[in-house]
Amino acid sequence: MSTEAPATGGRIYSRTGGPVLRLSESESLTATPSAPERMIINMGPQHPSTHGVLRLLLELDGETVRRCKPIIGYLHTGMEKTGETLTYLQGPTNVTRMDYASPLFCELAFSAATETLLGLELPPRATWIRMLMCELNRISSHLLFQATNGMDLGAVSMMLYGWREREEVLRLLEKITGLRMNHNYIRPGGVAADLPDGWRDDVLRLLDPIGDRLDEYDALLTGQPIWRERLQGVGVVSAAECLALGVTGPILRSTGYSWDLRRHMPYLAYEQLTFDVICGTFGDSFDRYAIRLNEIRESIRLVRQILEGMPPGDYRVQDKKVTPPPRGRIDESMEALIHHFKIFTEGFKVPAGEVYEAVESPRGELGCYMVSDGGSKPLRMHIRAPSFINLQALPYMLEGRLVADAVAIISSVDPIMGEVDR
Amino acid sequence: MTAVDSAAPLDTDDLGVPVTTDPGGQTVLHPQPGRLPEVVEALRDAGYVQCLDVCGVDYLGAESRDDLPTGVTPQRFEVVVTLMSHEARRRVRLRVQVPAAEPRLLTLFDLFPGTENPEREVFDMFGITFDGHPDMTRILMPEDWEGNPLRKDYAVGIVPVRFKAAGDTR
Repeated sequence: MSTEAPATGGRIYSRTGGPVLRLSESESLTATPSAPERMIINMGPQHPSTHGVLRLLLELDGETVRRCKPIIGYLHTGMEKTGETLTYLQGPTNVTRMDYASPLFCELAFSAATETLLGLELPPRATWIRMLMCELNRISSHLLFQATNGMDLGAVSMMLYGWREREEVLRLLEKITGLRMNHNYIRPGGVAADLPDGWRDDVLRLLDPIGDRLDEYDALLTGQPIWRERLQGVGVVSAAECLALGVTGPILRSTGYSWDLRRHMPYLAYEQLTFDVICGTFGDSFDRYAIRLNEIRESIRLVRQILEGMPPGDYRVQDKKVTPPPRGRIDESMEALIHHFKIFTEGFKVPAGEVYEAVESPRGELGCYMVSDGGSKPLRMHIRAPSFINLQALPYMLEGRLVADAVAIISSVDPIMGEVDR
Repeated sequence: MTAVDSAAPLDTDDLGVPVTTDPGGQTVLHPQPGRLPEVVEALRDAGYVQCLDVCGVDYLGAESRDDLPTGVTPQRFEVVVTLMSHEARRRVRLRVQVPAAEPRLLTLFDLFPGTENPEREVFDMFGITFDGHPDMTRILMPEDWEGNPLRKDYAVGIVPVRFKAAGDTR
């Protein structure tokens, strides 16, 4: 084992120095800063710019942030523990509440892990519906980012526009899944229901205006001097730092490092679709903003291809062990009724084993590590939440920046605290 | 990105670690606890540039552990490390057995600083200490919390639901 700290990207990850303030909560009340002119202040957890309940301990030198420690756990509700008490069919209702801005990705990772343990092969339509829903969800999640990022930087009209467009996407998701958020739509074995009549027209009616409005966002923000001034060169990380810290998703891509699971380790049917992996150059907040804006465009491109290629067939696997009998049969067959009852009360048994499956969520690699002991509930269900890992980059982005930039930087990391704390 | 098809698959035999494959076809290594940092360092030098995840598992009361290769003694706890090679486009998983009597491991912080948060989570949830970690404190639970919630002998809290007779809604 090497004794020297790894020097990646010029910055040293040492145990005592560096931009990470290592101070416990109780110590922070009485702690003395590392230099007499510095002071330690709290930002959050009840702060409008911290995206929920993120608390930052900042060591300040005047207006400049020297060291920082994110304190999390305020939304911890023990969802991984709850996951051990729910059957595999109930599991998606639990994990969908982790990343509430992109709930379908959590359901997808959970379902993919379960299906790998079961050895299920999905019918093509189920796979394509999943892709359609995930790309729509990616659009709504990135629109939410555009809205909150605008709000954090004082572009209040952007906030209203972002929420407005996001709401339109959510309305479509509601039409398809029954709920605006926390859909519980992607389930082990396929999806909960087939797409409703007229879904093609609904999707097209949604996509056409959003494409135009993205151009409006560009006109409103991208070229605007104040916007650029506040974002360019702010919160810079290098690719080497991202790799060392485990950071994935738009933050890793903003450094110019092309890595997207959809492209490089395709799951579902992404290898059949054409899209670009959007990469930045400088690894700053502006690149992260631009990447997310352009990923909406790529998602629209993907959804149009999915509309073209959506295959006919079953929307869930016809495996009697996993799939309840169709509603019509329950009225005429006692066995079907018993079968239906058994699946929803006892659940189905999953062969013993352990597996890790990951998908590219709007925030990075979202993985599900699942251990089964052969029963109908997982022995262990762990979600590798991208926001949880990405938050580690925050002290490195904040180092040497002004407090006013902290808001822009937190926003550009786009943490979802439900996923961070689980 | 360079062409990845030419990337030689990792020769896991050289590591001297038992190897299995999971149902998804992913390589799983089972190093001895003391050898974990050494094996991770060898993997890092072989192109596994990112440590994606560190998580714990409590196998208390689990009946069969027959997915472990011969020569690996099952213990109550397991720490699971997932590494990613972007060049070879594959993940590798390391499963380390941690005895309940002495739940300690060496930290991976020196190799991957990104393991700081996940290792704190394992410490918080399972009570497994990582020696050499810069900040071995609770991360999700309050600092003065007692017990480790994801251990199997830690009960799930239940709030009893009280039903009222019909009509008596006030």
